[in-house]
Amino acid sequence: MAEPRNDPSAHPRHGSPAPADPSAEPRTDPSAEPRTKTSAESRTDLPKDLAANPILSRWIRVQPDGVIDVQVGKVELGQGIVTALAQIAADELGVGMDAVRMVPAGPGGPDEGMTAGSMSIMDSGSALRVAAANVRALFEAAAGTADFSYAEWADRVDLNVCALADVPLRSEAVLVGQDVARLDLPDKIFGRPRYIQDMRLPGQLFGRVVRPPSRGARLLSVTGDLADGVSVVRDGSFLGLVGADEARVVRCAESFRRGSRWAEHDSLPDEKELDKFLRAGPHETIEVIDDAAETHGGDRLVRATYSRPFVAHASMAPSCGVAVWRGPAEVDVWSHSQGVFPLGRAIAAALGLDPAGVRVEHAESAGCYGHNAADDAAFDAVLLARAVPGTPVQVLWSRQDELSWAPFGSAMTADVAATLSADGRLTSWHYDVYSQGHTARPGYAGGVPGLLAATFLKEPADYPAAVDPSAASGYGGTRNALPGYDLPRRRITGHRLTESPIRSSAMRALGAYLNVFAIECFMDEAAEHAGRDPLEFRLAHLSDPRGRRVLTAAAEAAGWGSPQPEGVGLGLGYARYKGRGGYCAVVAEVEAESEVRLRRLTIAVDVGRVVNPDGVRNQIEGGALQSASWTLVERVRFDRRQVTSDTWETYPILRFSQVPRVDVTVLDGGGEKSVGAGEAAQGPTAAAIGNGLAAAIGVRVRDLPLTSEAVITAIERDN
Amino acid sequence: MISFLVNGVPREVDADPETPLLYVLRNDLGLMGARFGCGLGLCGACFVHVDGVAVPSCDTPIWSLAGKSVVTVEGLTPHPVQQAFLDEQAAQCGYCVTGIVMSAAALLDREPHPDERRVAEALDRHLCRCGSQQRMVRAIVKAGRDG
Repeated sequence: MAEPRNDPSAHPRHGSPAPADPSAEPRTDPSAEPRTKTSAESRTDLPKDLAANPILSRWIRVQPDGVIDVQVGKVELGQGIVTALAQIAADELGVGMDAVRMVPAGPGGPDEGMTAGSMSIMDSGSALRVAAANVRALFEAAAGTADFSYAEWADRVDLNVCALADVPLRSEAVLVGQDVARLDLPDKIFGRPRYIQDMRLPGQLFGRVVRPPSRGARLLSVTGDLADGVSVVRDGSFLGLVGADEARVVRCAESFRRGSRWAEHDSLPDEKELDKFLRAGPHETIEVIDDAAETHGGDRLVRATYSRPFVAHASMAPSCGVAVWRGPAEVDVWSHSQGVFPLGRAIAAALGLDPAGVRVEHAESAGCYGHNAADDAAFDAVLLARAVPGTPVQVLWSRQDELSWAPFGSAMTADVAATLSADGRLTSWHYDVYSQGHTARPGYAGGVPGLLAATFLKEPADYPAAVDPSAASGYGGTRNALPGYDLPRRRITGHRLTESPIRSSAMRALGAYLNVFAIECFMDEAAEHAGRDPLEFRLAHLSDPRGRRVLTAAAEAAGWGSPQPEGVGLGLGYARYKGRGGYCAVVAEVEAESEVRLRRLTIAVDVGRVVNPDGVRNQIEGGALQSASWTLVERVRFDRRQVTSDTWETYPILRFSQVPRVDVTVLDGGGEKSVGAGEAAQGPTAAAIGNGLAAAIGVRVRDLPLTSEAVITAIERDN
Repeated sequence: MISFLVNGVPREVDADPETPLLYVLRNDLGLMGARFGCGLGLCGACFVHVDGVAVPSCDTPIWSLAGKSVVTVEGLTPHPVQQAFLDEQAAQCGYCVTGIVMSAAALLDREPHPDERRVAEALDRHLCRCGSQQRMVRAIVKAGRDG
């Protein structure tokens, strides 16, 4: 059962030569005449991530036995990205999947920042493709023929050279475009050790952290029963236990939790008045667009307000981190972080270490849907490992901590006010969205660590409210606030809370989930005012041919326009993610009698050139079902002091018997560049369900989640 | 010392009798297939069979197992349900899968050819956050049909 990845001595980090120096000039290369070009000249035309990491050996290393190690900076989060990237590399290298071995992201490989925002296929895929083409060209030149063996030439071709931009790419796709089976699934399905939670380094201890009972609490005193072989680690209000027997460490942590006294205070808003809380400010204003300040005079004004509560990541595995404190300024860390390099820098910043001494390597965990507690758990492990130098420590969070202390997706509220002409055209569109920020990742907001435990140390780090990604990165609270429709006189404004006691950060689709819900529900409401069919009304305002195509395809596949039984409604939702990513249209079939029941989702997507069609379907299905869960049942609960939805009973998610049938059609976007699929379905699914519910019961429910209680509240409002 | 069978092998476990089975499996016996998800028996990631019945191992104290037979996913592998999961690519992160395989195997023992509704009902103690439920149900129905 011992796999090489769990054995530090066999680990690539420990076993491989020192990483290539990215600033190094190309070394002597027997084969490549063009490589006399300076690296700076050719770098400008390289794909972004390759320009930042131009040395080929960071990406690709050919072993003497011909196995080709491929290392990217993007990480497997359960989305299947590693398989798709392997397909791209294998095709460009001209080998089969078997010849490629994917190495987890880490110190020897390229720094590609975060695996986030559905950018991996676009950014990493394009970089890896050019890197692989370079490697292939070097081998071909060395061998003097296109028909060569990688094994034979492995020790004669030096890959410690810079990539060139003008190496021709292969036009023929063998693996790209095929349903290649996921590389990681056999281990996971057969129950082999593969997750970070399964790591067992020699001599490894188990750690647990005793979290404060509430936000802002300070530890006053500690007592508890200490079992044999378990020790306490305390730094300010950070309290942890370490020992060799995991069950015993868990029991001691529970005893210390009961035995600790804390100074606490009420800091949380009223969960029933989130709308008021979000509007109260202070805010930063984000102007997305302003084509015309005034509404269109004589036309009919339609307005509505939509909202969503805080939502939890609620991954199936609690977060986990492993660390070994190797020396005074040297620590090795394993984490399921979305960005191992930024995490390393944040750990260094939090402890005043030289970043070069903090080495973080990626290890897989359960599904990751954004900035969860992975980085926090890694830092917990570092703090506990510091107390037992030389000994590996694995920290695992409890389910309760995971559901209450990991960052949440922010609550949001949005006002739409638009005018409608007598002939059924939208003549102005004003939109205001109120939200907390959507990123508090390590290193955000001017370089604060962004690590939970750092705020509890004797010298606590600051943890300012979450910020938003830039417009260039697709925004945060205003992501997808700009509708894809042809609308005149738009004024679209975001209002980000700059202070909040609730920790929010990136969660799948960020603000796009609520913005698309609001825009698309409003399109239905406006269509109703105009006396038009929702599909026809959308098409009348949509000139983008790819958008029209997904809408029409989803509607046709769902039998749009056919009569529905009493109590059943069809609803539409559509968006192009971030305004420049994947196109997605969803039709939801909703039944509402004694409860709201989602019966079917019919989806059409266009994500450009498809690397792995089944991978795209899997991501769209999964994204749609997760969105259905948020939309129908999820809401973080809290009182004025603490989060109360901290188990699966108090934070329910969709169960097997509640899951609808999902049909996905992936339209051929062959000629267009590849874009991500992981977040495209989130907003359109929510909107389709909201619109389907309204069609089923004739009442508009604008506040998420769409529970029976929300329906009753909406009916009372209308009366 | 508590004695019970694990995957057919007699084991004598010297641990506090209140210790949940999951820790013994993962840390003492090196069987990592049962996953820790919640510690309260509410998510299904840690399911094993005890005398043929699928139960959560995270809240099963070992004192309750004396003389019983525990089967983990390692003891079941390879099972037709697992092959069906591979065929359908019925997972995203995979963390919930081994627990679901245990419940599915127990279901197929009781009821060899369940339809989709029966499978979904039988899996209602299991959570999947990635949204792979539809594929898993399809895979289990298929395993029953082909089995």
